[in-house]
Amino acid sequence: MIDSTYILLIPLLPFLSFLLIGLLGRTYFPKQCSIIGTLSLFASFVISLVVAYQYFFQIGQVNGIYQKITAFKMVWLQFSPNISIDMGILLDPISVMMLLVVTFISFMIHVYSMGYMHGDPRISVFYSFLSLFTFSMLGLVISTNIFQIYIFWELVGISSFLLIGYYYEKPSAVAASKKAFIVTRFADLGFLVGILILSFQSETLDFQTLIERLTTDTEYLNSATTASFFGFSALTWGLTLVFAGGAGKSAMLPFHIWLPDAMEGPTPVSALIHAATMVVAGVYLVARLFPVFSISAPEALNIVAYVGAFSSLFAAIIACTQTDIKRVLAYSTMSQIGFMMFALGVSGYGGEEGLGYTASMFHLFTHAMFKALLFLCAGAVIHYVHSNEMNDMGGLRKLMPVTHITFLIACLAITGIPPFSGFFSKEEILLAAYHSNKLIFAMGILTAALTAFYMFRLYFTIFWSKPFKSHQAETAHHGEAPGTMLLPLIILAFFAAITGLIRFGKYVSSDGAALISELHVDFSIAPVLIALLGIGIAYYLYKKENDTPQKLATGLSGFYKAAYGKFYIDELYLFITKGIVFNLVGRPIAWFDKNIVDGGINLSASTVGYISETIKKFQSGKVQDYAIYFFAATIGFVLLFIYLWS
Amino acid sequence: MTNLSILILIPLLTALAVLMGRNAIQIRFVALIGSVIQLLAGIALLFSYLAERAAGNTAQMLFEYRCSWYSALNIEYYVGVDGISIAMILLTAVVVVAGILISWNMQTLNKEFFFLIVLLSLGAYGFFISLDLFTLFFFLELAVIPKYLLIGIWGSGNKEYSAMKLALMLMGGSALVLVGILATYFNTNIGNGVHTFDLIKISQISIPVQTQMYIFPLLFVGFGVFTALFPFHTWAPDGHSSAPTAASMFLAGISMKLGGYGCLRVATYLMPEAAHQYSWVIVLLATAAIIYGAFATLMQKDLKYMNAYSSVSHCGFVLLGIGMLTKTAIIGAVIQMVSHGLMTALFFGSIGMLYERTHTRQVAQLGGLLKTLPFLSTVFIIAGLCSLGLPGFSGFVAEMTVFMGAWQRPELFNRIATILACASIVVTAVYILRAAGKSVMGPIANEQFKNVTDARWTEKLASILLIVAILSIGFAPFWIIDLIDVDTQLIMENIGRGLSSN
Amino acid sequence: MNEIGLEHLLIVSTCLFFIGIYGFLTRRNMITMLMSVELILNSVNINFIAFNKYLFPDKLDGVFFTVFIITIAAAEAAVAIAIIINLYRHYKSIDVNDAEKMRF
Repeated sequence: MIDSTYILLIPLLPFLSFLLIGLLGRTYFPKQCSIIGTLSLFASFVISLVVAYQYFFQIGQVNGIYQKITAFKMVWLQFSPNISIDMGILLDPISVMMLLVVTFISFMIHVYSMGYMHGDPRISVFYSFLSLFTFSMLGLVISTNIFQIYIFWELVGISSFLLIGYYYEKPSAVAASKKAFIVTRFADLGFLVGILILSFQSETLDFQTLIERLTTDTEYLNSATTASFFGFSALTWGLTLVFAGGAGKSAMLPFHIWLPDAMEGPTPVSALIHAATMVVAGVYLVARLFPVFSISAPEALNIVAYVGAFSSLFAAIIACTQTDIKRVLAYSTMSQIGFMMFALGVSGYGGEEGLGYTASMFHLFTHAMFKALLFLCAGAVIHYVHSNEMNDMGGLRKLMPVTHITFLIACLAITGIPPFSGFFSKEEILLAAYHSNKLIFAMGILTAALTAFYMFRLYFTIFWSKPFKSHQAETAHHGEAPGTMLLPLIILAFFAAITGLIRFGKYVSSDGAALISELHVDFSIAPVLIALLGIGIAYYLYKKENDTPQKLATGLSGFYKAAYGKFYIDELYLFITKGIVFNLVGRPIAWFDKNIVDGGINLSASTVGYISETIKKFQSGKVQDYAIYFFAATIGFVLLFIYLWS
Repeated sequence: MTNLSILILIPLLTALAVLMGRNAIQIRFVALIGSVIQLLAGIALLFSYLAERAAGNTAQMLFEYRCSWYSALNIEYYVGVDGISIAMILLTAVVVVAGILISWNMQTLNKEFFFLIVLLSLGAYGFFISLDLFTLFFFLELAVIPKYLLIGIWGSGNKEYSAMKLALMLMGGSALVLVGILATYFNTNIGNGVHTFDLIKISQISIPVQTQMYIFPLLFVGFGVFTALFPFHTWAPDGHSSAPTAASMFLAGISMKLGGYGCLRVATYLMPEAAHQYSWVIVLLATAAIIYGAFATLMQKDLKYMNAYSSVSHCGFVLLGIGMLTKTAIIGAVIQMVSHGLMTALFFGSIGMLYERTHTRQVAQLGGLLKTLPFLSTVFIIAGLCSLGLPGFSGFVAEMTVFMGAWQRPELFNRIATILACASIVVTAVYILRAAGKSVMGPIANEQFKNVTDARWTEKLASILLIVAILSIGFAPFWIIDLIDVDTQLIMENIGRGLSSN
Repeated sequence: MNEIGLEHLLIVSTCLFFIGIYGFLTRRNMITMLMSVELILNSVNINFIAFNKYLFPDKLDGVFFTVFIITIAAAEAAVAIAIIINLYRHYKSIDVNDAEKMRF
């Protein structure tokens, strides 16, 4: 066993820095906040490195299989004797890998933000939110319990909300943050119900017990797979709903609409949350439950595969038409996450079959590096140009040499050109798809080609194309970004270039045993050629400023417009929420409440009032009237009694 | 041995002292000190309770005390507490302190205002510790009357209408409760034609199921009116929105809990068989309240109306938990009572504080307050986040416990109800974020908002007190579970009796 | 036949009673109404005396009650006239309809 206490520090350090900066930073030491945040993250990163080293090389392996180690566990909320929410630390290859990725990228972003956010009066708030996010994300990846993951899932959601809405005075930022939170919240509804179903079927919330019971224990498995509801077993329903939650966080169809808008947040935030870490939480979730998906509910895994593949292609098509560089990158993120998803979807469990799983995690790892890098480069460019629009850029390669080179490395990595990192992970994914499902493989290849095209479209438009027209105010502008921004770029570029050489399968595989995957050179030729073709087209169209792209767009006008309008999914949602939920549900209910329910209450009150008004008239104030009533009543009673007696 | 009557004596003495106060400052401090002492007494009670339980005392009620009040009808002053009532007492104490702090700058009729507030809390404390149905009813009434005056005198807007509506509907509810209590009383023959109001004794007698079937609805609906049971919830929006800030906090924070507590402690506990028979009705009404309240909230334009409707929705979770009749669900219902009490008090408090500065509660007229009122806006956002069930705040713990408990009922009907209840948290997110996005974020809507001052010390203290209470449940739910687990188990044994005899 | 029997007295008292009722209900003058009330009381007195004399000659309960009623009637007349005088001072009239404002 690893001595567990110090592992707790990994998430706790950012949490402490959140408390410190959030509560006191603004008043007492606004200038030092960024340093405190960065240092705590650096400490977390170092500890993660130590943990990773210990896990992978010293104690993690027993008989050649990486174990799942529960390093720490406490009962947080006991529901019933065997169902409880535990807070704990689960170490297994993917969680350790994620610890590394999250702390590393977050550390880079902290450093970068020191330059990017320099001079912002609310920098303490920014850093406290960043720390909060990092804490939540770390808590998410080390979860031992499916409810623990849900708790941190919500927390990353809210930190994402807070950070997207960081520029809260901009209505668009507020709208984007709301949208992000609400869309993911809607998807989380599926997650929650999925948890309820799974916990009911397995009578536990603990990951390890749950996976064990739902894959091998026939008693639980039988009851979970036989209970049928609309033709699917309870297990399939549960897993599909859990996946819906994952799809929400990971911006898969049909919950992807929040991601492009989320780019309203500061660029370092987009890099950290909406590219490298939070959005892959969905992939991570599916990977966490992968044995259950793969062994017990292949239908659910198929859904994962098709949703992933389709989202991937869909996003790539849209990315080709967007002109806001951050939005292009956002769609490319969605597309790459689609790759990871369908890689999981086509994977089997154990041995060679599990190639997809390894590939997916590998791609998650490399993607974190190069996508964070892409966003940070974009941030540097935006910082310089003060615009997100591609049309305002061009010819920046001489003005920003470091950014140019690092961006190019990232583009090559994402496109899958050897020997950059993306090549290795993407090849594995395509290979896994090829062996399992040809349709998905075809979609993957097509997406890869489109990826190459739109990434280099971006690259050429920003750094080549027309010469940069500096704004009048920008004449005195320094050339390259400050050192705190360049350093992370260079470090990330280094890793984006080389991480592909790691023998990833040795460490991360579906069943814990090392998976040695060969590099299939003959298989790789076609995808690389296709990618080069994509680059070539981009080179032809965007290297020099010309009107061919315009002509092309006009030629494909209908399709182009649809893609440019993001296939009108936003409008569809708007129609559903505004048109149906608000107008057809909310308004009638409010009307019903005001008029029927409350009206009923008021009606009863006014009925009483009316009756008393009516009765009141009998009290006329005329003594003789009273005497008549009295007399009449007396006679009435007398007659009554006479009648009764006789 | 702890004497529970102290919990009634302290507010009583405070109320008298308030009446003797000579100026506003004196009155405020007297009220504050009294309520703080009460809070400390509540905390002391918590610890002595935990000590008793740790020492192995498994009696259902601790610190019992009884003396005859009117022996001809066997009415007793009989008090005692278990973990559930202690949770409620602590909730009341916290909300009272916060309410008094927030109304520190009350301008008119200070003496009467604080007197009524303390009187109201007296009713609530008495209600939560009473084990005699008649005494319980007495304190319930005591907690209703001051509300009428608080709204009618210090309220805003259409206050006479609201005060009257609230008082009449709550009185109607308590009339049903009275009938129910009397019906129960006359069905408890404990030998020689002697009847009893003793809650514990009644729980050990099995009232015939047919009799239960007509008494239970009286009690449940009667208490249900207090906790905004659909469709008897309409006093809530009008009442809350007209009430002065502290009164809204009390109304939503404490008074609605009287109903939930009564539904659990009196109706469900004494009539377990009927509770099982009517379970589906309760679940239906609770789900309706949850969904309906959530959608109605979506359409509100006034912040107080919004929070009032969301209270309807949230109190639906309490009823849902009770209606599901599983142990986890009932624990969830109790936590939800505490959580909603704190959260909604904070919400109403922050709305009141914002209103005091901006003079509007219309969402459309607000905007950008985060810039000029950072503290108050942050409090507002925190209250909102708690309301939408964010982990780390108490609302999450409560809702998840209710969901987990509700899901233990395998019938399709209950499943659908649970899923609908889960769905309401999405709608909650929508309306909370809409309100927060428009009113505290965004550009500054009105030039006047630039000249406002942030929270005073009393307001900061009140907000921090409530936030700490919320976080203490949200971060460490295990203590509150420990507090109420044993007692819920005891209640469940009684309810389980109902199930087995069916 | 020339003996005056109980029936005769009852007829007289009944007539007196209904005359009183009629007067009370129709007269607007409060003094007249008071007089009507006196008539009603006297009809009751006659009943008491008559029943006493014819049915229970050896008892005096009816006489007692009659004396009682006469006393009460005197007091009542005093109170009623006091009220009437007060109303007169207020309304400058002793018409009973002028006093209808006193209802609520």
